[in-house]
Order: sequence, then structure tokens, then C-alpha cells
Amino acid sequence: MASIDSGGGDSGHKKGPGVKKAKKLSTRVDMTPMVDLGFLLITFFIFTATMSTPTTMRLIMPKDEKNPENQTEVKESGALTILMGKSNGVYYYEGQLKPDGSNFMSTTYADIRNVIQKKRTDVMQLGRSLGYAKDSADKDMVVVIKPNAEATYKNTVDILDEMTINNIKRFALVDISEPEKQAITLTEQRNGVK
Amino acid sequence: MPSVKMPRKSTDTDMTPFVDVAFLILSFFIMATKFKPPEPLKITTPKSVSSQKLEEKDAIMIQFDSSGKVYLSVNLPKKEDENLKKDFISRLNNDAKLGLSDNEMNKFVKNSMVGSPLNELKALFALPINEWDKVKQKGIPVDSANNELSRWMSAVSQTFQGHPVDIMIKGDNNAKYPEFKGVIDALRFNQIFKYKLITDPRGVPVGSELYKIREAGGKEDQS
Repeated sequence: MASIDSGGGDSGHKKGPGVKKAKKLSTRVDMTPMVDLGFLLITFFIFTATMSTPTTMRLIMPKDEKNPENQTEVKESGALTILMGKSNGVYYYEGQLKPDGSNFMSTTYADIRNVIQKKRTDVMQLGRSLGYAKDSADKDMVVVIKPNAEATYKNTVDILDEMTINNIKRFALVDISEPEKQAITLTEQRNGVK
Repeated sequence: MPSVKMPRKSTDTDMTPFVDVAFLILSFFIMATKFKPPEPLKITTPKSVSSQKLEEKDAIMIQFDSSGKVYLSVNLPKKEDENLKKDFISRLNNDAKLGLSDNEMNKFVKNSMVGSPLNELKALFALPINEWDKVKQKGIPVDSANNELSRWMSAVSQTFQGHPVDIMIKGDNNAKYPEFKGVIDALRFNQIFKYKLITDPRGVPVGSELYKIREAGGKEDQS
């Protein structure tokens, strides 16, 4: 393409004996610097390109209900509380936190999905035995999300995202209580979380 | 003896196709690139499986960076909506008794991204707009003792009653939860319960509930 045929010598008309042959200069251009420049620009554009457009995640918070009569009641059998602490620590308990903290478990962000899944299957089973309709067998399932002051925004969004992933319809972002804070601190100390 | 001449082959390769490919890719990237508008805040957003694209709509954007500084900006791209911005800042001016002059409020209409406590707004607005970036703004306080964002949001909900705006929250991965909670509280206080979190897309984990729903072609609950 870029190399232009410089009139390949022998072909064409013959020159007389007295005619001096002009010195043939190659028309080939060294392409290497051009390639260098090309790839330099490519890398620049790759790095600056914003390939993925941001998405939005809708979040709808419940109204503040001061009147205790109107507050949503949560069945203990269907409640799962997820707590988040520092250094990406996740803790959970089912139902209510026992005073001795024996049902307070620690887990990781990779495993929390299994915990939610397991709880969901349990609740659905229970729901079916109570005679709920098939598509609303998990209506008792409520996940309560309680990040502590050291959890990051990423942790919060990750857990909220986990609700979408596991198709949990009822969840709430709630302030952490004092006994739960202590339970997290104790577990963090025991596990040496810094 | 006739000597056998080996044909000497050149060692340099023809670079031309290489150049062709390189420039093809280059032109693709040049055309596909959309330059980011310069952002005064460095924010890396968390990832989510949400598939809703960020729409370019009228929005009130609340941003907080990794150190927890909260900024508020009013994104109204249409020229005719500028009086709404003016309305918004004058409402806040009256409500919080900021004592801003008309000229200073017009600056907000031009550059409506602010991250200063109310008592420092006057000093910020006194500066020319191109010097705002140089000022180290402290962020709008959102702690429970002094949640100034809730006053901003109160002006928002009053101003934009007849004009639908999205409330967007854009937070940094490493921001701590209390800042986020402060933002939510400010919104909740003003009876705003629906908002959008800006995230980066990520794939749906294979085998999860959502994966099954999407496989089946069902529409997931976006609420």
C-alpha cells in the first residue's frame, strides 16, 4: 500500500547505450516511527476513554413512622439482621440477638449471599407450611441492614445490591443499637481485626 | 565451478498493514471517546448490578468524597431553568439569612456546585467563579447535631415542587457510613424518600436469584 512501485527497472523501454542510468532512490518510507506514534495515541485514548457509563440504583426509603401502632411488625422467624463493621467485616444474626450473643455470626462479603439464600429458602419453606401462596411464600422475609460508624459507603451499597441480587423485597436500613455495637467490637477484638 | 548464489532476503518487514491496523484502532478510540467533564471531586463509585443507565436529566446531585466532604450541585442544563436556580438560592438566602447580594446569587446560577457550610457561603460567593476551585471548601455539614444539608434540601423541595428533579447521590467507595446516613437523614427530614445512587455497572453473579429472573426474561423489581 504505502510502498509505491518505483518502476521496476527492466520492464519498460530499453535505453540507448549512451543514456546514463539515473540512480534509483528507494521510495520506501520507514514506517516504524509512525507505528510508534500510532500506538502511543491508542494507549492514550484507551486510558482516557470512559467505556462504562455509570448506572443508577434506585433506593426508596420508608417513611419515618413515629406512631408505634403503624410500624411494620417483623416476624422473628423471617428476620435476618446484617451488620457491617470496619475492614470489610460482615456479621449477621437471625431473629433476635440473644443476650449471650450465641447466634451472632461473622462472615465475609463473598459468603453473605449464601447466608441470605439459606435464610430465604428456610423462610419460604415455613411460609409454604403456613399455607402462603407460592409466589409470596417469602413475604415474611425481612433483612435489616445495620452498618456501624466504621463501615464504608461501598459496604452499604454492596449489601443493598445483594438485596437486588437475591430478590429480597423487604429490607430496611436501620441505625445500629448499643448491644450490637458491642457485639461487633468484641468479635473484632477476638478476631484481631484492625 | 559454478557458484550457487543464495538469494539474499531482506530482514525488514513491511510495516504497512501494522500501521493500518494501528490507525484503525486509533480512529475507533477517538470516535468512541467521550471526554469526562472536569470533576472537582475525585469519586470512585461502588459497583452494583443495576442495569439502569444514568440519564441526563434535571437533577440535584449530592456528592461526598472519601474524606466525607459533602457537596451539592444543581444540574439543570436548560437555559430557561436558570430562574429556578435563582429561585432556589434566594430561597435558601432568605431561609438561612445568608445576606447574599443579587450579584452573588447570580454566580451560583452560573456555577452551582457548592460544598461549604452556610456561614462560609458569603465569603465563597464573594469570590469570582474561576477562583472557587482554589478555595478549600469544608463540605456541607451533615452530622446529626448540625445537618445543614437538610436546610438545602428543604429549599430544594420547595423550589422544585412543580418541576420534577431526580435526587442523585454519588459517594466514594471509602467514605464512611455516617456521611451517607447524614445525607439520607437530611432527605428523610424533608420527606424525600426516593433517590438514585450512582454506581458503576457490574455483572450479575451466575446462579443467583436475579440471574434466574433475568434469564427468564422477567423484569426485576426496581424498587
